Amino acid sequence: MAILETKNLCYSADGREIIKDINWSVDAGEIVTITGPSGSGKTTFVRLLADLLTPTSGEVIFEGKNVADLDPIEYRRKVSYAVQQPTLFGNTVKDNLEFPYQIRNKPFNKDHALKALQTVDLGDGDLDRTVDNLSGGERQRVALIRNIMFVPEVLILDEVTTGLDEKTKASVHKMINYINQRDHTTIIMITHDQDEIDHATELVTIVDGRLVKGDKDA
Amino acid sequence: MPNLIVSNQALALTGLLVLIALFVGWKEKLGIDKSIIIATIRCVVQLFVVGYVLRFVFRINNLFLTIALILIILFNAAYNAKGRSNGMEHALPISIIALGSSTLVVIAVLVFAGAIKFIPSQVVPITGMVASNSMVALGLCYRSMNSMFKDRRQQIIEKLALGADVKTSCSDIVRDSIKTGMQPTIDTAMTVGLVSLPGMMAGLIFAGVDPVKAIKYQIMVTFMLLGITAVSSIIACYMGYHSFYNKNDQLKNMN
Repeated sequence: MAILETKNLCYSADGREIIKDINWSVDAGEIVTITGPSGSGKTTFVRLLADLLTPTSGEVIFEGKNVADLDPIEYRRKVSYAVQQPTLFGNTVKDNLEFPYQIRNKPFNKDHALKALQTVDLGDGDLDRTVDNLSGGERQRVALIRNIMFVPEVLILDEVTTGLDEKTKASVHKMINYINQRDHTTIIMITHDQDEIDHATELVTIVDGRLVKGDKDA
Repeated sequence: MPNLIVSNQALALTGLLVLIALFVGWKEKLGIDKSIIIATIRCVVQLFVVGYVLRFVFRINNLFLTIALILIILFNAAYNAKGRSNGMEHALPISIIALGSSTLVVIAVLVFAGAIKFIPSQVVPITGMVASNSMVALGLCYRSMNSMFKDRRQQIIEKLALGADVKTSCSDIVRDSIKTGMQPTIDTAMTVGLVSLPGMMAGLIFAGVDPVKAIKYQIMVTFMLLGITAVSSIIACYMGYHSFYNKNDQLKNMN
């Protein structure tokens, strides 16, 4: 059964049609890779999925319900969205990992945070590091952990591996596969990385706001 | 108090100082000649009108007339604050509520504390002081919120994407904007007496009041202004941040 789908999804801004009538679905536990030329509407599409934009027309449907009818905060905790070049909050890594607890009014679970750091090859000593001293790859990984402190049902990754070295990229892939296999989290991943495109189990391409399916060899 | 009367001749002579400003503007090609002339004419006309209106209101000493004058001052201040909001939605009603409630609080405290009486000659000048400081604070709050919502757009989107509510997603912006709105009043309070002898204190000293008594009024005014800028900044920022989101708890597009 589809966990997330779109029906006749359209989005326009400043008089320009960015997303044009996209009908698409993903089953629970799948890993979908989205690619396409720059400016084709990939980020807009996933932001519509993440309920950070409202469709001009059409619907985003989560577990059979129109997202427009769901509580946006609860929905975004289930369908979590991570961006390329994220901003980190506060002063330390801990401040960032605490944030998901703060917004849920729950006490910070340090053991869980340390385990989460390990999933992306960061260590116990990194928890108290100041964010200004983190490398680009470390920042990206810390930001990603924020999204999985409470494991979402769907994790949307918007070019999170762009600009990362091979080792860091491998850490991110390890984490993605880990939560996909352990928690059955559905992964939707935008990428331009040829290696990731080649290894995609399900690949879709967005061109000029329209979705083209199964063109792995195109 | 004969030394308090400025003769028309003396007033005209001090007007020559404006010529110095005009000369500097012309010599340095600052392009502000027109603004100086308009500002000078407006200042003279507005103050003469206000002088006659106040004299009338003070003589009549009517409760409704006093309240009407207070409302006019508040509306003008709110309208000017709205002008500094850079098109922020609902800026006028927010400004009216922020200015109105903070003025109400301050006047109530001062009257109940016995510091002033609810008579036009005391309430109207205090309202003017309160409203002008509040107006500046609101303008700073709006400007600060506008620029921070632009600069920190991605951070807000990330917080929303993690499941934060609207208030949490911009709590640091609201906090920083309140601080920005209050900062000039805090800075003034820090240097009062050292750098400037503020209007009220200077006025009382001019009128022959013992400086030690005059400072008590100035302390009261300083407390009052700290209170008013805090209350109005908090109200404006906490009501204002909603304007940056739509009904689906999403950040609006900004130009």
